[in-house]
Amino acid sequence: MKNNLTAWGLMLPALSFILLFTVFPIIRSIYLSVMDFRFGMAEPRFIGLGNYVRLFHSDLFWKVMGNTLFFALITLVPALLIGLGLALIVNKKSKITGTLRTIYFYPVILPMVAAASIWMFIYMANNGLWDQIARFIHMGPTDVLSRQESVLPALAVMYVWKEAGYVMIFFLSGLQSISPDILESARLDGATGWKLFRHILFPLLGPTFLFISTVELTNVFKLVDHIIIMTEGAPNNASTMLLYYIYQTGFTHFDYGLSSALTVILLVMLLVVALPRFIAQDKKTYYN
Amino acid sequence: MHKNWKKVISSLFTLMLAILLVACGNKNDKKEGDGPVELEFFYPVNVGGPATKVIDQIVADFEAENPDIKVNPVYTGNYDDTFTKIQTAVQGGTPPDLFISLATHRFTMEDLGIVEPLDHFIEADKDGKEYIEDFLPSFMEDSYVDGKTISIPFQRSTMVLYYNKDLFKEAGLDPEQPPTSWDELIEYSKKLTNDDHFGVGLALNSGSAQWSFGGFSLQNSKDGGNLMSDDGKKVFFDTPENIEALQLWIDLQNKYEVMNKGIVQWTDLPTQFLAQEVAMIYHTTGNMGNINENAEFEFGTAFLPGNKRMAAPTGGGNFYISKDISDQHKEAAWKFIRFATSTEQLTNWSLNTGYIPPRQSSIDSDEMQKYYSEIPQARVAYEQLEVAKPELTTYDAAQVWRILNDSIQSAITGEKTAAEALKEAQANADAVLERYQGE
Repeated sequence: MKNNLTAWGLMLPALSFILLFTVFPIIRSIYLSVMDFRFGMAEPRFIGLGNYVRLFHSDLFWKVMGNTLFFALITLVPALLIGLGLALIVNKKSKITGTLRTIYFYPVILPMVAAASIWMFIYMANNGLWDQIARFIHMGPTDVLSRQESVLPALAVMYVWKEAGYVMIFFLSGLQSISPDILESARLDGATGWKLFRHILFPLLGPTFLFISTVELTNVFKLVDHIIIMTEGAPNNASTMLLYYIYQTGFTHFDYGLSSALTVILLVMLLVVALPRFIAQDKKTYYN
Repeated sequence: MHKNWKKVISSLFTLMLAILLVACGNKNDKKEGDGPVELEFFYPVNVGGPATKVIDQIVADFEAENPDIKVNPVYTGNYDDTFTKIQTAVQGGTPPDLFISLATHRFTMEDLGIVEPLDHFIEADKDGKEYIEDFLPSFMEDSYVDGKTISIPFQRSTMVLYYNKDLFKEAGLDPEQPPTSWDELIEYSKKLTNDDHFGVGLALNSGSAQWSFGGFSLQNSKDGGNLMSDDGKKVFFDTPENIEALQLWIDLQNKYEVMNKGIVQWTDLPTQFLAQEVAMIYHTTGNMGNINENAEFEFGTAFLPGNKRMAAPTGGGNFYISKDISDQHKEAAWKFIRFATSTEQLTNWSLNTGYIPPRQSSIDSDEMQKYYSEIPQARVAYEQLEVAKPELTTYDAAQVWRILNDSIQSAITGEKTAAEALKEAQANADAVLERYQGE
């Protein structure tokens, strides 16, 4: 009994913060998502699924969802591949390993706002580095940020540049946790290079893959800073993604009901993404 | 065992602290008492330059004259950030006593019921009537909602045409004859375009495009009508004249190829102008100081070229007083506004920032006239006010702005034709404004 009390006592501080800043906002969002509530209204008014119906009938909403999923797709795969590649490079022991690790990891510690500002100069129409090069090889100016078809890929390049180092760290720890015994017996059996990677390392990195995909996917859904800095959703919402749309609806257009409905949708999406990882954890798909 | 209990107690203590912290955040800790009245004052800065310093100076001067009032100026970012912060403060039950926000926000502010109408203050002041009449009509015009005075003009600007006289000479144009009509704009732009620079530049990012578009729409309007009705409940986006105006932008980019393709950012445009990558730009008078200081060539300013008529949009921020504060605070806030918008302070403010002084008496002051004779380019902005009209504003202004901007962008990027884009903008804006039209 006393033990129980102690446990609760110890948990209280953390628990109270979780309740206050996670559980309460979630409940409040769900509550507001079924209300018509804008800035200036004294009381929210119950409208059932009205906000959701409005969203499902809105072209903009589907465009935003499309953008978000497209962006997730074109960042996830390259970030994983490049991150894995970097991890393999810096996993070898050599004199410059430390330096390389630092260089590769450097973009990660840069705040997104700073990174976005740097890339805005790179992408600046006509005078930016990108367009200077494009003009030099007679391909431009490309003006990537103000074109419907190139704005998301351009943002994706920046994001992959920034995230690859982060992914690398996880793969690196995955690689380093593989027991030397396994590697040694593989080598004795004659597995080297690609074979070693394909049949030994790759399967053993399975849990890392699953984990990092989950983390990366949720990170993409939570992205907003670079859009505020670089495009503000332009041109014509071609680069508007879910969280920016939520911010806009809630804090620029003051429609709390609608933005709560969008928040609930984001929450569901995050849950769906996290689900495989939880299931996998229960099954204990660990090799070591 | 004792150890465990110690831990529990210290944990509980931490929790209590946490709760206390949260609770304090909610409480309005402004107390009415014998001490000086403390005013919280939110203000944005949307142009470069020493605006913050000038504001601090105004506050210091005011406090010296009124020892019973203390003003805490809070710099709140750009106009959008400021509005978000006002909204958050109002929701939290602690509205700022006074603030500067866009003149275009007045319908929204009034609709939300968060601002105090100022008429009773004006009437109570002995010189109230003269004070209001001294404001330039084109700026005072967008202070009213349903006949009530909602705000007082302060950091106001308009859009002018900046042009590079050196490039004019190079192209064989008379540097003292800037374009005065759309036809001349096209003709001059063609002559001014070559491999090194474009003829003309417009910022088309969200938040800027609707401002420039307001100007072109006015210039092409048959009867001088604006993009919206005076009561802010209707917009007129998909008129043939507006479609023509938008088509002109598309043609400048694609047909004549005299304007940078795509969407140039508002803040990039002066940089491009200063780097002589574009010969003429449409930009705010608020950038006069920056351009005057940094141009390594001779530059001129001109009225925006007209078509059916000469016209330009005004813009900028006004003073507002919050509704949900005590009368004592409201009166103190009014006193501060009167001080900050006195002839001397406005003159000083304009000389230091490049904004147009919104009062006639400031314009006529010796200091201002001296400034105008030194930098004649700045005088153009004032002279143009004669034909200037308020920029686009309605109820739910932020949403309606966004709608127009999105549609303009969809036309510029070739996703839609000018007619399709404006038709869509009209439909979307109508849907937003519908709930105000019944009243």
